[in-house]
Amino acid sequence: MKYAILVYETPSELAAREDPARVGPYWAAYTAYAQALSAAGVSVGGAGLQPPGMATTVRLRGGQQQVQDGPFADTKELLGGLFLIDVADLDAALVWAARCPAAATGSVEVRPQLPPPPGVVA
Amino acid sequence: MVADAAEGAAHRAIELAARSSYGRLVAVLSARSHDLAAAEDALSDAFAAALAQWPVAGVPASPEAWLVSTARRRLADGRRRASVRESAADDLAYVATLLQRSDAISDAATGPFPDRRLGLMFACAHPAVDASVRTPLMLQVVLGLDAGNVASAFLESPSSMAQRLVRAKRKLRDAGIPFAVPEREELPPRLTAVLEAIYAAFSAGWDAVTGGDVGSGAMSHADLADEAIWLGPLVVDALPVEPEAKGLLALMLYCHARRDARTGADGAYRPLAHQDPARWSMALIGEAEAALAAAARQLQPGRFQLEAAIQSAHLAPAFGRPADWGAVVALYDTLLAYAPTVGALVGRAAALAEAFGAAAGLDACDALAEGVVQGYQPWWALRAHLLARLGRHEEARPAYERAAGLTRSVAVRAYLLGVRDRARITP
Repeated sequence: MKYAILVYETPSELAAREDPARVGPYWAAYTAYAQALSAAGVSVGGAGLQPPGMATTVRLRGGQQQVQDGPFADTKELLGGLFLIDVADLDAALVWAARCPAAATGSVEVRPQLPPPPGVVA
Repeated sequence: MVADAAEGAAHRAIELAARSSYGRLVAVLSARSHDLAAAEDALSDAFAAALAQWPVAGVPASPEAWLVSTARRRLADGRRRASVRESAADDLAYVATLLQRSDAISDAATGPFPDRRLGLMFACAHPAVDASVRTPLMLQVVLGLDAGNVASAFLESPSSMAQRLVRAKRKLRDAGIPFAVPEREELPPRLTAVLEAIYAAFSAGWDAVTGGDVGSGAMSHADLADEAIWLGPLVVDALPVEPEAKGLLALMLYCHARRDARTGADGAYRPLAHQDPARWSMALIGEAEAALAAAARQLQPGRFQLEAAIQSAHLAPAFGRPADWGAVVALYDTLLAYAPTVGALVGRAAALAEAFGAAAGLDACDALAEGVVQGYQPWWALRAHLLARLGRHEEARPAYERAAGLTRSVAVRAYLLGVRDRARITP
């Protein structure tokens, strides 16, 4: 089964990327985690994301397109990136999720990948 | 601070007494029907009635007798709550505070009923019950923990844990599984299952202590270790002729004795070799030594006694002498004959390294099958440590990183990555 491990970080954790005193340990923890995923042969993809401040949101409403900076929603946890893994079952996915550095400070969401819609040839 | 600590300890004692009541009452209410779900529902109703009536009418002279007769009436009525609760956890906490006010706690601690909890534990750990649900089941029905907390401790989704618990309870009700301590010849293997379930609960709590899971609303997993330790004496007292029960109790107490020493004043992780023996609890070590000595006098060694003896040997610095690593290797060899686990194999490799040098330890490490150790964090940590001791820093660094990537603990991860960075420098 394929699962997405969605990494939700606190604003303080995300800020560590720009903080000379904390940036080293921050990336060291994620690198170790990514290495462990790939050494275990379960990693099938993923991406780190720039912070929500760098986001631009597009909506089409009533034929009008709206382009906005942000989101600037006042949330305590922000999507910082995701890992895609291929493991036997949810239990195995939860074990990996618990090892993700954000599990201890922010939160880590595990979602099964949606199978292709009927009629779609993969 | 001292007053706070005393108050905390008092509250803890009350809560444990309430949990003790919970398990005793579930055991009494399900003794005939074997229907745990119905017993828990009825008890939950009785708690709710207590919450409504006791603050007004006062706590009855025998709270447990009152709760049991109320619950029995509900059972006889066959009435079920409209909303099925997952647990009586909130009620338990509140009833505990009421009991505290009433001085009735001394009565609750002994109780007006025979203690059937041990039979209940044997039912929970019955071979017909799926091995992976025995510990969660025991925590729920004997200690009254709610399904959410149990699921978190075992890293499972709360809904699937709840389903598995429901299924297990149905099996206990319908399959004729006895709620009793087994007969003499059956006892040893069945007791092992009970002890293993208790130890699994303890380990789930123990692992989480360095995991940085500080007070959220949910029960911290560190408390789970306390709960499990508390099940230990229950088995020891009920089965005094069984040395393995004492061995397990000793093992848990030894580990607990150095719980606080696992992190330094700065919150950083400290491996055993770098812990300050002054921060180990001599009182708990003393209790553990007494339990282990009592077990040893019965001359029937077993897995838990051996694991306890290994812990005891590691704590020699508390008595101002170095650990006898040759003896630890011998203890591991014996342990492996009883329980050939990957944990024991890695522990033996670590002891070999202390007794005969890092190269001997590394050889033992590398002799283990790759498939077994590939995802096993302690193996990577030990291997990294031994490579570094041998000056093989180029190989040590990726091993440290792998160990860091496989841990759940913030403190352990930071420690391993720190050691890896220092391993760049040749001594």
